[in-house]
Amino acid sequence: MMENKKGFNITFYLLILPVLLWLIVLIVLPHIYLLISSFQGETDSGASFFTLEHYETFFKNKIYWLTFVNTAAYAIGITVLAFIVTFPVAFYLTKVISKKYASFLALLLLIPLWVGELVTVYGWMIILGDHGVINEFLIYIGLIDKPIEMLYTNFSMTIGLLYVSMLFMVVPIMSTLESLDDSLIEAASDLGASKWTIFTKIIIPYSMPGITSGGIIVFMLVIGDYVAPDILGGKSSLWFTEQIYNEFLSTLDWGQGAAFGFLLLMISSSIIWIALKLSGQKLERVGS
Amino acid sequence: MIRTLPNSPLYKYTYRVYITCFFIFLVMPLLVIAVLAFNDSSDIALPWSGFTLDWFFANTDQRTGLFADSDLMQSIFTSIKTAFYVATLSTIVGIAAALLFEEEKFRLKGLLYFLALAPLVIPGVILGISILLTSTLAGTYLEKHFGLEVGFLTPSFWLVVLGQFSFGATYVMLLVGARLKKFDRTLEEAALSLKATRLQSIWYVTIPFLRPAIIGAFVVAFLISFSNFNTTIFLIGSSPTLPVDLYSRIKFSSTPVLNAVSFLIVAFITIAALISLFFNRTKK
Repeated sequence: MMENKKGFNITFYLLILPVLLWLIVLIVLPHIYLLISSFQGETDSGASFFTLEHYETFFKNKIYWLTFVNTAAYAIGITVLAFIVTFPVAFYLTKVISKKYASFLALLLLIPLWVGELVTVYGWMIILGDHGVINEFLIYIGLIDKPIEMLYTNFSMTIGLLYVSMLFMVVPIMSTLESLDDSLIEAASDLGASKWTIFTKIIIPYSMPGITSGGIIVFMLVIGDYVAPDILGGKSSLWFTEQIYNEFLSTLDWGQGAAFGFLLLMISSSIIWIALKLSGQKLERVGS
Repeated sequence: MIRTLPNSPLYKYTYRVYITCFFIFLVMPLLVIAVLAFNDSSDIALPWSGFTLDWFFANTDQRTGLFADSDLMQSIFTSIKTAFYVATLSTIVGIAAALLFEEEKFRLKGLLYFLALAPLVIPGVILGISILLTSTLAGTYLEKHFGLEVGFLTPSFWLVVLGQFSFGATYVMLLVGARLKKFDRTLEEAALSLKATRLQSIWYVTIPFLRPAIIGAFVVAFLISFSNFNTTIFLIGSSPTLPVDLYSRIKFSSTPVLNAVSFLIVAFITIAALISLFFNRTKK
């Protein structure tokens, strides 16, 4: 730009200063210190020293690393499930029904998103409980005579996690599908391609950027979620964030919690990184 | 398959049934809450025992309605206040970031942009604990070496605002940045060639163009803050925000007041969504 010739550019500094403050003070330094604290032990007198004990605790106790692996596997599973459940919906809203209804239904999709996780998870708690809507209904029509245990199981946890995260899959897929030219599908159909061929050779490859963005956000939300597993999950539903919450809010062993946090950050970033590499997509695209 | 192509009735029918089931799944928790908020029973779930407004207005020994529950009203107020500050701060810094990354060239731009996007993929719990650890360290350091007690470095209202702002700014940056991509740069150049300073051209030309996106981004940041739990829980001081309050009530003392609060939130969001739909319609 032309003012660069003048040398000192006050606008540039006005813009970059708040941004630098934000990124350094609230993003960079805290994460560096998270890593440092995970290696820090504390003596009785309050002095700190280097230690590997927090990571040893993690690897030596089966319950911790099992929970860790379980959570990561679950998060991948929910991401795939979210894709399967929502892709037909995204396709329907962008390509099948008329625009008039589509904008209304798309808006309906956003409402649970803005209402927030606490409220919707609470709603599922009421629906799935022993005196919940489903059980009362099944008893009323005489299909069962005592409630089926659904709440506080892996089933209810899965429903909750899927519900709170799936809408982050629909939105990016819809925005890529919107730009898909219908005539491509028509041409393929005229040339005799089956629905399956059109689906796997045109629609899926075309919407890949949206699927990746959605998948990454869903995965991150699920692996870092606490409310749904804690409220809807059972005693046997092992969820790694619960370990972090415990260390920070109950046992107050912050060093241990920092190590767990850092491990969670590592696994989620590496899986996201792999997903980006596999799909050849950039992080910038995820945000759009 | 698509609007213009013929389909077998079976395909069409199955597809419609699936979409209907999906939307029932989507709306069910919201609908159930809305109905049970008016249930005349001390149990949060079924059976239905008649209509009442007690869970909003009652103030008796047995039942405390939402508007008589001062703790709950306090946490709603705290949440609104937090969300207001978070949205304001996020909007200001988010706009600066959008302008910076769209219009300026400088060294390490790629790295800075990567960092600005990072909150999208960092779980909220990690942001919460790392900001808690760091602010505690800074707080003890200042106290030990300078004898200063800095209130906002311990878990408190302002620490929550900072924590939520750390990712709120990213969303504002992306929303404003998307609009900025459609901006005709020659308008700014025209202003500059008419002897406006760079700052004036941003203030009088670019910002007015961005106004719809800025308002939208402010609302988004407000709502993100209002419903945040994962980061907030670690930074909270003595007065909880609404999600934190709801969480502890759900865990330890569920009463139908929870249905009433939830109903209010659902109603508020639905009305806001309908208004936005209406405005988008009339604009077209």
